[in-house]
Amino acid sequence: MTETMTTVEEILERKSHAVTRDPEVAPTHDIREALFELEAKGEIVVQRVPENHVEVKTKFGRTKKIPIDHTWHHKSCGQCGHIPGYTSSIFWLHRQFNLDYLDPTDQTSCTGWNYYASATSNAAAQAAVMSRNFAAAYETGYFPTIHCGTSYGHYKEIREQLVHHKGLRDEVRRILDKMGKPLVIPEELVHYSEWVHVMRHKFAEKQTVDMSMIRATVHPACHYYKIVAEDAIYDPDIYGGQRTATVTGTLEALGIDVADYSTWFDCCGFGFRHVLVQRDFTRSFSTLRKIEVMKNEVNPDLTVTHDTGCVTTLDKSQFSAKAHDRNVGIPVLSDAQVAALAMGAHPFRVVQFHWHSTDWRPFLDKLGINWQKYWDEFQNDLELIRAGQKSGITWEDADKPVVYG
Amino acid sequence: MPTTLENWNPGKAQDRHPEVSYEEKEKLFLEVKNDPRYEDFLYGCYECGICVSTCPSARFYDYSPRVIAQAMAREDVERVYDIISEDIWNCAQCFSCLRCPRGNNPGGLVTLLREVAVKNGLQETKDVLQGYSRVIYKVMLKGNQVSPDMLQPDFFPDWGPWVGEFSKNMPVWRKAIPVDTLRGVTDAAWKTNRKTLLELYTIWFETGNMEIIKEIDEGLHDLLADVMQEELEEG
Repeated sequence: MTETMTTVEEILERKSHAVTRDPEVAPTHDIREALFELEAKGEIVVQRVPENHVEVKTKFGRTKKIPIDHTWHHKSCGQCGHIPGYTSSIFWLHRQFNLDYLDPTDQTSCTGWNYYASATSNAAAQAAVMSRNFAAAYETGYFPTIHCGTSYGHYKEIREQLVHHKGLRDEVRRILDKMGKPLVIPEELVHYSEWVHVMRHKFAEKQTVDMSMIRATVHPACHYYKIVAEDAIYDPDIYGGQRTATVTGTLEALGIDVADYSTWFDCCGFGFRHVLVQRDFTRSFSTLRKIEVMKNEVNPDLTVTHDTGCVTTLDKSQFSAKAHDRNVGIPVLSDAQVAALAMGAHPFRVVQFHWHSTDWRPFLDKLGINWQKYWDEFQNDLELIRAGQKSGITWEDADKPVVYG
Repeated sequence: MPTTLENWNPGKAQDRHPEVSYEEKEKLFLEVKNDPRYEDFLYGCYECGICVSTCPSARFYDYSPRVIAQAMAREDVERVYDIISEDIWNCAQCFSCLRCPRGNNPGGLVTLLREVAVKNGLQETKDVLQGYSRVIYKVMLKGNQVSPDMLQPDFFPDWGPWVGEFSKNMPVWRKAIPVDTLRGVTDAAWKTNRKTLLELYTIWFETGNMEIIKEIDEGLHDLLADVMQEELEEG
């Protein structure tokens, strides 16, 4: 080795603080300052985060406020449509702490899934859809919490566009005027998994199901932390602050062993249009680059993510791969479903396992949950509904945590 | 077609679409370049290939986000036409390519290219979106991309036989969800009030979104426009 060569120690030292977490030297601007400037000029209304919030650090060390309650739930069409236990688990968690929340009927989806799939829309329409939803939330006084990773990422992108392009703001305001709505942008864009993250220790306090024997992998959702990357939560204690802390932090708080795998950065293969009408790509990518890699490298009991498309893709794609004798077979859940299950949420009334395709029974067996007993209970509910003796399952049926014996 | 030494064309792709005039190709290129978002999406390209290494589509298709950034930066009108008529539909829109050290957004460029392809009704784009019309119908009319009643075995045969259970049990399973806005709803993801849907229709008309649909599928446009106009007139 010559004297001019960099030593391994020097490289390690340099890499240990490769990302400077100082807002003063962040490579991107703080969008919130721009929002307040626009508000001061009378161009927009900035909805403030409610008083009851927790402060967290984002990628470049900025502080982000995550509201705890008084939240307006911007639901996800993919979750509500195809994985309803995802949505019911989010609400169930709120209900366990008597937190004030609103489940609105004046919300549309962001329509971002369609935009990323087909581009049969334009910037003004997409911004108007977002702004109409935010105005609807503002009218109630409740603060938006966004369930879908794509809605969250898409809205962050649109927020940038609205801030940077006056013409777009003017056009959106013109349309909102017709509805009698103001142009509102919330002070923070908040993803539900950020709420789960800041609540994780509270969940652990109420945890009744031991999960220490579970090994899980995490798939971080692309649209959560790749689009407008500086807005995602990072924590030096989780992956050394080199990856987003959401999901992993929650699982660790619940005592789950989070195992690493080499393709963690890869997307799930959703593809937006692909998952609906060009699934050869989706099936191949999600199983060959994600599920099979996890299986070969760490053989987890479960994989956990925090977005609609990722749960759908990773779960549903495994059937065809199994038919081709690939090394697959990992149940897929969202962080909210795992947290709810840990606190005793009913596996079918709340977590709604029956909407998932990859076999989840071995996972529940390993937790010592007699799923057959609760499935029979749920079948009894269904019989009553079929017979017209019950209109449906309500929170009255679902709120009470199950005590597994 | 996989790229081989014989068909590899690193320069101008001028022979691939002789049926389209250069002027037409240039018009499309300029539409992309003049989009207000363009300057936020492209700053230059080091040709480092980080975007390709992270791109899921590059692993399965003859597709490269680097080529897209390069072609746009070089203003290679012929190659951009090549891209707009075919490559753009391979992108998974995951935005992993935002890892670009130059700050480029190749996925964003694809979005702009797609918008121009749709707006100009390119035949290749119509072909790609042919099987997708029912989804556009759903999202524009209901404000939801997907709904429970789309879970049919003939639509998702590769998701396994359990999909049959979804469709068979759908009415009762949907009633067995404790969330008030979901319970019993099968034709949309959740209950949306009428006023909200009318506001959504207003957005589609006011932003020119309906004209975009007309360009890509006139039959679908007419159907949507009829239903929405009627609803808006009823108020």
